[in-house]
This record gives sequence, C-alpha cells and structure tokens, in this order.
Amino acid sequence: MSAAELKSHYSLVIIGAGPAGLCAAVAAAEHGLDVALLDDQRAPGGQIYRAIESIPTERARLLGSEYQRGDKMVSAMRNADVEYYPDTQVWSLSREREIGLLCGRTAAMISADQVILAGGAIERPLPFPGWTLPGVMNAGAGQILFKSQGIVPADGVVLAGSGPLLLLLAWQYMHAGVQIEALLDFTPMRNHLRAMPYLPRALLAHHYLLNGLKYKMDLKRAGISTVQNVSNLRAKGEKSLESVSYIHSGQQQTIETDLLLTHFGIIPHIQLAQAAGCRHNWDKRQQCWRPQVDDWGNSSIDGILIVGDGVGIGGARTAEHAGRLTALQAVHKLGRIARHERDRLARDDRKWMRDEQHIRPFLEAFFHIPAKLLGAPADDTVVCRCEEVTAGAIRKAISVGHDDSNQVKFLTRCGMGPCQGRQCAESVAHIVATATGKSLPQVGLYRARPPASPLTLEQLARLFPDEKE
Amino acid sequence: MFKRLDSHPEKCVTITIDGKPFEAAAGETVAAAVLLSGIGYTRTTPVSDAPRAPFCLMGVCYECLMVIDGQPNRRACQEYVVEGMRIERQHGAGDLSE
Repeated sequence: MSAAELKSHYSLVIIGAGPAGLCAAVAAAEHGLDVALLDDQRAPGGQIYRAIESIPTERARLLGSEYQRGDKMVSAMRNADVEYYPDTQVWSLSREREIGLLCGRTAAMISADQVILAGGAIERPLPFPGWTLPGVMNAGAGQILFKSQGIVPADGVVLAGSGPLLLLLAWQYMHAGVQIEALLDFTPMRNHLRAMPYLPRALLAHHYLLNGLKYKMDLKRAGISTVQNVSNLRAKGEKSLESVSYIHSGQQQTIETDLLLTHFGIIPHIQLAQAAGCRHNWDKRQQCWRPQVDDWGNSSIDGILIVGDGVGIGGARTAEHAGRLTALQAVHKLGRIARHERDRLARDDRKWMRDEQHIRPFLEAFFHIPAKLLGAPADDTVVCRCEEVTAGAIRKAISVGHDDSNQVKFLTRCGMGPCQGRQCAESVAHIVATATGKSLPQVGLYRARPPASPLTLEQLARLFPDEKE
Repeated sequence: MFKRLDSHPEKCVTITIDGKPFEAAAGETVAAAVLLSGIGYTRTTPVSDAPRAPFCLMGVCYECLMVIDGQPNRRACQEYVVEGMRIERQHGAGDLSE
C-alpha cells in the first residue's frame, strides 16, 4: 500500500516484516485488530526470507529448506486483513506511540494503541585493518545478493570470521558452484571447551548440530579449505581490496583476492527501541545490548512490545513463535481476549519456543567472540566508518579522561555520521571498556535520538502543510 | 568481483552509471547493478575522500549513498533500477542545494 492510504491511527502498528512481524500481524488480524505492518524493504520476509515471493525455484532450492519455510508465512500475511506498507522507514517512535515514518519519499506521522517492534538483527560490526576498502563486505551482504538477485562472487572469494551464517553461506556458494579461495575460521579452539557444558542441552535440538556438521563435511568433501584458529585479519589494497592476510600457527599468510566477506555473528538492531527510550541491558553471553522485555514482549515502556531477533538472537523459528505470543499480548491489552484465553492460545507456541532455545547457549559459547578482537583494534584501524575515527583517536579521547561512549562521541564525532552509530556503537563501548577497565554497562551505548534514519528538512516540513512561512 | 548466476536475465533495463549506459536486470537493486558494473566504488567520504562501496546491503551502514536521478544520499541497496535511471557516484557530502 502507499502513503496516501495510511490512516492516522491503528490499534496495532508492527514495524518489521520478517518472521516475527509477519506472524504477529497474522495473529493480530485473526483477532480483529486493525493492523498496519511497516517495513523498510520492498518485499516481505525480512533478511532471512528475503525475495521469497519472487525467487526462481532453482535458486530457492540452492538456499535450502529453512529458507523455503518463509513462503507460507508471507502468503499468510498477504491473505490476512493487514495493511502492509513496504518501502517504509520509521524515523521516530515516541513513548506515546507516535510514529514518524517515510513511506516511499513521503513523511507521515501516525499513532497506535500498541506498537510491536520486530526490527530484527544486524551483523556485528567488527573493525579490522582495511575493512573500509571496496571489496570488503559483510557475509550477509553476499547472501542478500545471492537470495534476491542470484548474484555470486565471480572469482575466488575469501570468507572469514566466526558464526553459523559463515558456514551456511560457504555451503550455499559451494552448491552454486562459486569458487571459494579460503574459509578462515576465527573461532578460537578454546571455545570448544567453553561450549562443552551446553552440549547435552543442545542435543535436544540435534537437527541444528547435524546440519552444521553436514555443511562442514560437504565443504570438506568439495575440497574447500577451512583454516581454523586464525587471527590478525587484514585487508590490503590501494583503492580497493587486493589481498587478505592473516596469522595461522604463528605464520603470516596472504591470499590475493578482490572480495572478502566477513561475519562475526549478529546482534539486535536496537536503534528505534533506544530512540524511544526503552531500557536496554548488556547480555554477556550474546555479547550485545538487548531491550529489556518480559515473557510477553512488553518493553519498559507501556504499549511498546519488542520481539524476534531485535530483542535477542534466537533465530527465525523462535521469532515466529514469539511473534504470535506478542500479538496475543497486544490483543489482550486491547481488551479483546481475557488473560486465561491469551494463556491458552499461547501454550503451543510457548512450548515450541522453549524447544527452539535448547541450541542457543551452545551456539553462544561456541561462537563467543574473543574480547581482544572486540575491544583492542590497532590504533590506525578505522572504527567509525562514517566519520573515519580511528581506534587511536578513541583511545586518545579516553586517555584525557573521557570514559564513557557518549563522552567519546562528543569529543571525536564517532557515531555522528549517516549510519548514526549503527556500525560503531558496540565497538566504541568495547574499546572504552577495555581501555578503562570499566564494565560495558558502566561505559554504556550512544544515546540514540530521533530521527533514527535520515530525512530531509523538506520532507519534515511537508508534515505541516498549513503552516506557511 | 560479482557475476549473475543467470548470465542472460529475462528482462533488462538500461540505466546510466556516471553517464555510461549499463544493462541491469529488472528487479535488481541499484547497489547490485553497480557492483556488477565493475566501477569499483560508489562514493567518496566527506572526511578524507576515501573510496567506499556497498558493505551491508540491508540499509544499515549507509556506505552505498549515491546520487540517483539527481537526488543525493540515496541508499543504493534500497533503490531498484528502472528504465532510464541516472546513477552517479557521490563525491563527499551529498549536495542538497537544488
């Protein structure tokens, strides 16, 4: 739907059309709520089920059965009584649930009785020397090109980092016949020990473990070399990437390539929840800030619920169940169903969600990113990509007495560029914590303020057409 | 750097990238077309004039800002190609003076 069709008020506005948002929208519409589903992308599915409606069958097959699950979720939303607004960016959310948005190029303000934030996750930005060079991209970016456009690396690609997505992408590329120059695994060997205590519980969700092992074995059989226990990643090149170097078994190695895809796990995309003023807590195991929510997705602000990977990394299936639970809570809060009815309807999803969570502590420990990698980049490494602030400049600000994220931001401009700190907030907090010995909660995150994404003054002014000059 | 799995897309549109015509597949994002075109970078930074290219492709890094049909600061990864679209690399901060 387009900007002209937007109403000024809805009983429920859902932000994000990935698995959590789609399932929440369908569940809420089933209970007769007046629902608007807003999404930044042009088509529904989020990042996980990206392009699910338009993908050719052959490519969908290459991506695997978990991807194809998204089809049902998206068609359920299409068939439900939901107003779906694609290409819509939310730049403001207030405590009073006023929502500032850009639908296409048109700015609008709407309001809602209940808001569900289902904004998903972003890849954890991790600065290393040369990561701003053209030719260095997130692994997720590689997967997006593959999913939505059938575009793959032309020559040998180097994949580097740590996390399930890296392995999955390597496996998907292998099936598509992409030449993988090397898979550099930064997972430290000690993580195997760290994860051991969680293995018994993880075995209850053994299909995930078996999938991972199968990917590894398939890659090995295909002759794709995985280098384990790698450190000191460096991207080199004059105007764009020419080579990648790393240290393995005490030796520096170099690979010539024009494309490096890196991945260091995913973290909740909390920009909007932060700008709204929702309380966030540092999670040691997931190594990220998470909005504080209860079992039903209620945030610290009444009427704002948060769900899916945007509240803590649980994966797509967890997001489905949680999406429905949160919708039931919104339906209950609006007086459509009684508490016992909500609890009864939630029973299955709650059980399935618990089953899904068996694997998480194991994955979190296994793919734990070493503190040194997060908090100690070399002085000449750019940390804030937008304002080009280096780790050295950040440490200099710390050395003259600035000991939290916001003070460092005021002094150096880190986090003040167009991405508004999305790509450096966590790194700066880690660097400050490492340098000062303070804890991450003490160091804090940048204060986020609206607009959470850029819009022009002209777009803003057009919100008030009656006020002349 | 990148290639299409299907080297003959069903439907193409012609766009221009820094004045040069380029055949993009219909339904492709501007960022994808630009990566395929091999122009190397999409913008230079306002601070040091360093070349940058798409990084996240999901709309959160703002590295792929380009001038699209005269409009600066457009995220190339969120825009889709249409016939006749004019795409230009953005040098430094986007010029909003028009």
